[in-house]
Amino acid sequence: MKHVITLNVNGDPYTVAVNPSQTLNEVLRENLNLTGVKFGCGEGDCGACTVMVDGRAVSSCLSLAVEMEGKQILTAEGLAPTGETLHPIQEAFIEKGAIQCGFCTCGMEMAALNLLTKNPSPTENEIREGIAGNLCRCTGYTKIVEAIGAAGEKMRESSERKTS
Amino acid sequence: MKKFSIVGKHVPRNDARAKATGTAVYTDDIKLPGMLHGRILRSPLAHARIVSIDTSKAAALPGVKCVITGQDIPKVKYGNWRLFPDTQDEYALAVDKVRFIGDEVAAVAAVDLDIAEEALSLIDVEYVELPGVFDVDASIKEGAPVLHDYCPTNISVNRKIHYGDVEKAFAESDYVREDIFTVHAVSHAYLEPCSSIAQCDLDGRITLWTSTQVPYIIQCLLASTLEMRENDVRIIKPFVGGGFGGKMELRTWEFCSAFMAKKTGKPVKFTLSREEEFLAGRRRHPMKLYSKVGFKKDGTITGKDFRVHLDGGAYNAMGPTATFLCGNFGAMLYRYPSYSFQGEHIYTNKPPASAMRGFGAPQAIFATETQMSIAAEELGMDPIELRIKNAQVSGDKIPGVATISTCGFIEALEKVAQMSDWKEKRANPKEGRGIGIGCYSFISGGAFNWFNTQYPYSAAEVRVFDDGTAHLLTMAADIGQGCDTAVKQILAESLGLKMEDIRITSADTAMTPQADLGAWGSRLTLFNGNAVLNAAEKIKAKLFGAVSARFNLNVIHEFECKDGKVYPKGRPDRGLTFGEAVGLVQKANRGEPLIAHGYYTPRDKGLVTPAFSFGAQVAEVEVDKKTGIVDVKKFWTAHDCGTVINPRAAEGQLEGSIQMGLGYALSEQFIMDGGKTLNTNFLDYKMPNAMDMPPSEVVHIETYEPEGPMGAKEAGEGLAIPTAPAIAEAVFSATGYRCRDLPITPEKILNAIEPRERPKSAVK
Repeated sequence: MKHVITLNVNGDPYTVAVNPSQTLNEVLRENLNLTGVKFGCGEGDCGACTVMVDGRAVSSCLSLAVEMEGKQILTAEGLAPTGETLHPIQEAFIEKGAIQCGFCTCGMEMAALNLLTKNPSPTENEIREGIAGNLCRCTGYTKIVEAIGAAGEKMRESSERKTS
Repeated sequence: MKKFSIVGKHVPRNDARAKATGTAVYTDDIKLPGMLHGRILRSPLAHARIVSIDTSKAAALPGVKCVITGQDIPKVKYGNWRLFPDTQDEYALAVDKVRFIGDEVAAVAAVDLDIAEEALSLIDVEYVELPGVFDVDASIKEGAPVLHDYCPTNISVNRKIHYGDVEKAFAESDYVREDIFTVHAVSHAYLEPCSSIAQCDLDGRITLWTSTQVPYIIQCLLASTLEMRENDVRIIKPFVGGGFGGKMELRTWEFCSAFMAKKTGKPVKFTLSREEEFLAGRRRHPMKLYSKVGFKKDGTITGKDFRVHLDGGAYNAMGPTATFLCGNFGAMLYRYPSYSFQGEHIYTNKPPASAMRGFGAPQAIFATETQMSIAAEELGMDPIELRIKNAQVSGDKIPGVATISTCGFIEALEKVAQMSDWKEKRANPKEGRGIGIGCYSFISGGAFNWFNTQYPYSAAEVRVFDDGTAHLLTMAADIGQGCDTAVKQILAESLGLKMEDIRITSADTAMTPQADLGAWGSRLTLFNGNAVLNAAEKIKAKLFGAVSARFNLNVIHEFECKDGKVYPKGRPDRGLTFGEAVGLVQKANRGEPLIAHGYYTPRDKGLVTPAFSFGAQVAEVEVDKKTGIVDVKKFWTAHDCGTVINPRAAEGQLEGSIQMGLGYALSEQFIMDGGKTLNTNFLDYKMPNAMDMPPSEVVHIETYEPEGPMGAKEAGEGLAIPTAPAIAEAVFSATGYRCRDLPITPEKILNAIEPRERPKSAVK
């Protein structure tokens, strides 16, 4: 028995019919073609499928789609305001060399956003703690941690500019 | 050192923007109209004869479009050692017998994944269970169960190396050290599970998108197993989420998606689950290593006897190459006037081991390095001093292997000693703390040709245009390590163009020039870089001729391409823009496009590799004697990788290799119950996360490798080697526990510490 639900993803409404057992990951990837959301383990261990739901990072592979009605979902595809400009987190990941195979990247960016929203100037340890649920096999995390630090700085600067 | 404009500079990766924005397409992201979903039925038994398989109920399930077993496919075995067909021991689906838990028995393609999954449960397989063997000692005992009829001894490869007189060397030694080491299996644990999708066109040709390190090898082996011509099979490598050696053979799902796409006329996709990856996936070889080394009183090595049993699991996979290379790695790093190696690759009823970052070296060099540290202690020498005394240097010859053209090993040793404050920390150790060293040497690509390719090892096509741009086509496989960016840098440097002037098309066997043996053995920067330079030289010869004619210059002039211009050396004013020069050549040839092909095959470079990398790493640890938990405080690394093409990429390789080495040393292992892998998820298979990573300092020792493109050689694979021996030696200096069997676990440390040394609470 399918349920028709409306999801708000990256600011846009999508109406989809889903099985009660379908995960948010499956709907984002299969129905909405948002394939920046990865499927690395299906058990919430690797973090490659991380998305933001109502401002909180969640493993999309562990979240049921039917529970997402009316919630605000953000994926890496919605991180940049337009196709031409990038989000400071994305910019920093590119500049610092934090990307190798790229399979963990979008999930890492979401974990970074989650962290920086709650803690705009994290220490190195806080950054490491903030991404401890996201595995990477290529980078040893060094450049990812640097990139998140740099992104935090950029985001602070731009929010200071806005408030001043 | 040469001055470069783009090589050696911080250039962002070619694909970074696509990956940062989620637009990079990996295999499982691809959807084709009418696509079917495939699933694989795997053996629940470690060793059994298949009596019968009844697929009728599965085939009758609505939505199921195709069910196949080993009886339905061409009986063609495959394996990467085509030169020795006996070693090709694998069918895409089991025929008559299964040999490990997870061995592929049947495949289903259906309209959706749930139906495919349900169909698997409807396949009835009748097995007769056979006794299994789960370690190398049991496997080579007389009367042990035999895995493959062609191989009654269970020893599938036996490799020997001998030079000098080892026995005489031991007789003349002042000190002879003999040890046995064992090392365990670990997972590649790439984040992207294996995936492939095939489509059959109206002419019956196959296109396969697959997550692979070796498009050309897949093309050849898929063609042979489908009984098709190679040119009728096209392999496209989309973005790949890591490989580390785990994606370098033809695998069942690649065959099945192609075979079933042909049978059904519809595209078929297979994607493995993480559980399948851990349960049945390839892994690093567990090994048992016997090593005997002789020394003179002053520490000079006289000879080495090295005998290794590789636990290969149920099939050869890349085991023959690992066996071969293990023997070579045993004789690298230090000068061995005499050397004897015997390596045996042994079948067991476990998931096949294969290539994994270091390809036999993490195991061989763990033994070498641990034994060097033991010997230093017994000879009363400093471990670094003993290493410097015996270190290989530029110009050394390894008999039957190669001449080492560049070697920054001694500089690396001296550098890490200085960076880590080695002498002070060894002389005055703090309670619970220890410092240790591990070293490595690695190959820059394999010179051997067991795949028996009839093409060059690497190829490049360069097309240039009168708008001042170029298009580079190469079969080289970027699997995350960044070779697309590195070869673009090399081409941009050579043609004097900017990165954004170059378009790249890579790893599509129907579009890019034949051939490339793939991303393994650290071959791409050197091999593919050389092919790119070879093509660029041919383009430049044409451009220089045209500019020379245009300005009516004396024939003695040399030319260069720089900053988007082509001009006589020292006279940038007497030149043309790159685009104008291309246009001139094109006009002279009445419109014919200017295209050149470049190739590289190592010739007269021995049987192993054209160039060697070297490095040394120091680890400092603190061991909690109550819990046995090892806390690595810091790493210091100095490595010689020749010219650094892309500094961030090279650093990234090092940082990633430390994560893998740390896991290998301390936390990662497959827990086996006989033939069954028990830890099949990331919670139970503990690879280091961001909080587990210690700080690290690194120095590149720059050499200029004459065989490499612009002086470059291997970076990043060899670095996975030194971490485990460095930690092991540091743990020894902190606790007195000498690890001879990886991994180093709290349990082993606590058992080794004398009870009186342990705090009371730990002694029950």
